[in-house]
Amino acid sequence: MIRLPLVLTFAAVLFATGVYGVLARRNAVLVLMSIELMLNAVNINLVAFSQHLQQITGQVFALFVIAVAAAEVGIGLAIVILIYRNRETINVDEVNLLKW
Amino acid sequence: MNSQEIAFVIVAVAGVIGAFRVVTARNVVHAALYLVITLSSAAIVYLLLAAEFVAWVQILIYVGAIVILFLFGLMLTKAPIGREALDNQRRGVAFGVGLAVFGGLFYLLQDAFPWKASEVDPVQGTAGAVGESIFRDFVLPFEAISFLLLAALIGAIVLSRKDDAP
Repeated sequence: MIRLPLVLTFAAVLFATGVYGVLARRNAVLVLMSIELMLNAVNINLVAFSQHLQQITGQVFALFVIAVAAAEVGIGLAIVILIYRNRETINVDEVNLLKW
Repeated sequence: MNSQEIAFVIVAVAGVIGAFRVVTARNVVHAALYLVITLSSAAIVYLLLAAEFVAWVQILIYVGAIVILFLFGLMLTKAPIGREALDNQRRGVAFGVGLAVFGGLFYLLQDAFPWKASEVDPVQGTAGAVGESIFRDFVLPFEAISFLLLAALIGAIVLSRKDDAP
């Protein structure tokens, strides 16, 4: 089997990359893609620990996370398209109506 | 290192390069296509970890559906090309935060998990085993997830349709 810290390091790199993307990107669709990177890192961790602990529960929860991610992307892109229709931009730093 | 670890390292390097390109690409469509590489490498990692059902679900849902959804989102919103148009002015701070997150996680997992090989047999994540676990132990969360998906579907339709009549 693959040693656990190797898989966890890969997931940590993916997660940190997603954090950078969420903070550095200003296009809303690219921010959503970075969130997908972070969710994937979590899924890899769940499957790796499912093998480490010899239980299949981790894989079941990875499936749940995938389902929630699908719902999140659907709603997120609907909101992004709605914002584009109203504001002609999807840059997250220009959509500041709620900013005090 | 055994052969599984060598294969894992190759796949992981491809996935990490894809992830870096997702967050640095100057063209949004290229970013979506690099996302395919990263998601596929995650699917291969699941296969190497003997979680075949999760791997095929990953291919079907992520590579098949979510990336297509992203491409449609990019087509429906006019996306500019170029680094200044896609990134904000705080790249340095973001890089620092990302590096700190990775450093913290790496330090923690170095501390918590030893680098010794485990000799146990892997649990086979076949569709039968996963389904048995879902419908024996997680029936209620499963129903909640399906209800959530239905609510998200209806919500997305309500949000994105144009209705002029009240």
